[in-house]
Amino acid sequence: MSVKTTQKMAKAALWTAGFCTVAVLSLVIGYVMFEGIPHVNWQFLTMKPKKMGSEGGIFPIIVSTIYFTALTLAIATPIGVGAAIYLTEYTREGKITKIIRFGTEALAGIPSIVFGLFGFAFFVIALEPITRGWSLLSGALTGATMILPTLIRTSEEAIKTVPVSYREGSLALGATKWQTICRVVLPSALPGIVTGVILSIGRVVGETAALMLTLGGSMRMPGSIFDSARTMSMHLYLVALEVGTKPALDKAFATATVLILTIFIINTTANWLMKHFIS
Amino acid sequence: MNYKTKEKIYEKILLTSAFVSVITIILIGGFVFKEGAPLIAKVGLVKFLFGTQWFPTSGEYGIFPMILGTFAVTLVALAMGVPLGVSTAIFLAEFAPPKVTRVVRPAVELLAGIPSVVYGLFGMVIVNDIIMYVERTYLAGILKPEYQRGYSILSASIILAIMILPTVINISEDAIRSVPNEYKEASLALGATEWQTIYKVLLPAASSGIVAAVVLGMGRAIGETMAVIMVAGNTVAVPDSIFAPVRTLTGNIAIEMGYASGDHVRALFATGIVLFVIIMVLNSVATFIAKKGVSRS
Amino acid sequence: MMTLKRFKIVVILVAALVVTVAVVGCSGSKSEDKAATDGTENAGQTGGQIKGTVKVAGSSSVQPLAEELAEAFMEKNQDVTVSVQGGGSSAGIESANKGTAQIGTSSRELKPEEKGYGLKETVIAKDGIAVIVNSGNKVTALTKEQIKKIFAGEVKDWSEVGDLKGPITVVVREEGSGTRDAFQEIVLSKEVKFISNAVVQNSTGAIKTAVTKDINAIGFISSGSVDSAVKALSVDGVLPSEATVLNGSYKISRPFLFLTKSEPDAAAKAFIDYVLSEEGQKIVSEKFVKVK
Repeated sequence: MSVKTTQKMAKAALWTAGFCTVAVLSLVIGYVMFEGIPHVNWQFLTMKPKKMGSEGGIFPIIVSTIYFTALTLAIATPIGVGAAIYLTEYTREGKITKIIRFGTEALAGIPSIVFGLFGFAFFVIALEPITRGWSLLSGALTGATMILPTLIRTSEEAIKTVPVSYREGSLALGATKWQTICRVVLPSALPGIVTGVILSIGRVVGETAALMLTLGGSMRMPGSIFDSARTMSMHLYLVALEVGTKPALDKAFATATVLILTIFIINTTANWLMKHFIS
Repeated sequence: MNYKTKEKIYEKILLTSAFVSVITIILIGGFVFKEGAPLIAKVGLVKFLFGTQWFPTSGEYGIFPMILGTFAVTLVALAMGVPLGVSTAIFLAEFAPPKVTRVVRPAVELLAGIPSVVYGLFGMVIVNDIIMYVERTYLAGILKPEYQRGYSILSASIILAIMILPTVINISEDAIRSVPNEYKEASLALGATEWQTIYKVLLPAASSGIVAAVVLGMGRAIGETMAVIMVAGNTVAVPDSIFAPVRTLTGNIAIEMGYASGDHVRALFATGIVLFVIIMVLNSVATFIAKKGVSRS
Repeated sequence: MMTLKRFKIVVILVAALVVTVAVVGCSGSKSEDKAATDGTENAGQTGGQIKGTVKVAGSSSVQPLAEELAEAFMEKNQDVTVSVQGGGSSAGIESANKGTAQIGTSSRELKPEEKGYGLKETVIAKDGIAVIVNSGNKVTALTKEQIKKIFAGEVKDWSEVGDLKGPITVVVREEGSGTRDAFQEIVLSKEVKFISNAVVQNSTGAIKTAVTKDINAIGFISSGSVDSAVKALSVDGVLPSEATVLNGSYKISRPFLFLTKSEPDAAAKAFIDYVLSEEGQKIVSEKFVKVK
């Protein structure tokens, strides 16, 4: 076979690969949307679920999802950004950073069901007096540990891109290290950090396995962080599988549609931010 | 308080947040071991790891079929997902016109963000159906009847292969893009075709990044839970064909945790220990390979 | 720097939006009720009005029903908050035993060691367990003995029990599940194991999908979830229905239990009484079988 033929064939194969990837995606999304869109309407978005989710809407579940996501981020973001500041501004590569990095990487690799086991044993059972068992708080604490690695990594990258000259300028003007970090480094790194936060939202919104063991699964509107709740992903799973009748499946696909649209909006926002504020 | 003490305090706070992930990993290990280890001690490590009988309500705890199942599903998923993923990455980095990239990249990102339950539903309703049709129409004479039910290593792997695509594509693409342009130019200037350049120059230069992509994809495949339990059949039996139904380690925990009691719960935590150890070993291997790749280049 | 300012504005706007939605969403709910924060200590009769918080935790199968009951109950008793958590029957039994929840729920009978806790069991509903096959399957009735043989693996082909030909695909629930326990006890008896190559699913929906897709499949699910997608078999000549489960002629069912430690407080007791009342049982019978 001539070199040219090989080249042509390879090129064709790679185009096919690209095409396959898009085809697979369209297939999954198309299927879910096809089944789900007919059942998404205003009532579905604004009513509460009835008959175990097989009738009515998902309003409390949307609110729970937002509530849960906000709480998770509120817990994880300060820790993640703090860790990133420490790693980039306060230490040189050494034993301590090695330990921290190993911990972070190990955490990133832990399967979500193991986070679930841990969250169940620690937050739900051992810390019951504080978290009140299965609750938004238990779920959010579990979720926070899951997104920590992503937050640390993206924040670190963002902080690293801030030019050294900014810091030197600030320090030369007599600012303390902390002032420099707060007033110079963090504001410049903010877009990158926010992008990391948005990416973490994607993970939190899509998580199911760990939350089944920690969040409690209530369909009702949560009144406080000590109430049990369910996210859209959980609702989708529970309605499709625990109930399993035709109307329930319709509602499940409708929930999946809303979920995919949410993820799409989140991704688009992150991309838009990156394009407009980071370069 | 003078500013020096303040600075010290800030530093301590930051140090603490940096150690949260280390503390968490120790807590996770600690709690899972605390809950699961007594059962392993009671059953015996060898019997637990290599036993093939899993009847937790009657006191038999052997997870060997699940260990095999996890590896089987992961390897087959990698065999399908990695070639497609790396090819797509090459396509995106080298061939795709900007217009196409603008469609494919967000598509890949969306693929990464879709909750695993959605993949599971897709697999349960569509993929399993197709596999079952193939098994019963074309392979009916060859396969055992219990391997003609759709639920199989194959269908779980197909779903997992789709799920690891984004990881493999993103990281491989980064690795390929980070190969210095001079390498490519030099190769092309010497008269090599584009394909030869990719095959002989770009891929070897990007190999450590691609390995990292594969390892991360593998981690995701081993850890995936919800989608797998919906399509794998969850039969506890040593698989001997890709058409055999299997149960994975993660699946074992997720399926039975809801109703388990007493030693059964501890057995599921013990399954968690095995999973934890596998992931830790995998991570260390990945770190080792990444280091080796860096020191070589 | 200009872009940075714009960026900050965007971030603040997004944050504000999130908070607004959360606040608006929550103020619309009844659970904002002040009673929620008062805790259980205040539970008690004051001027004929019951006050307090009742925490119900346990089985995820009972949870949706318990939530509907809780909602209806709270509409009548504005000062009581009933919060329902799901995490599994065993965890529910433990919660009731340790007192972290006033009511534990279970969708399976208690295990001998759990019986030892001395919890008070209240059956609030029954869940009939239907044996289902693909709607294309010609079989409509089997005896308990035949079903036993199929699930134990002694009968492996449909031709041995009916007109259809083809190897039987047995689909079962996971170990520990209340449905499986009940089915095992009533149909298979304790000593007989399920056939080892059965497909295992941990939910009604997954079993239904398996049976809908596979003409050769047989499984068992909650009779409340049977619809036209699958066909329920009559067992020893009796079809599962509210009447047949209630009068005991259909044998395969499991209880939904409320578990309480010694004497429940007034609020919890009021809730249990409501669940067993005619009104409560009417809600139960929408999907499950009432006990009265």
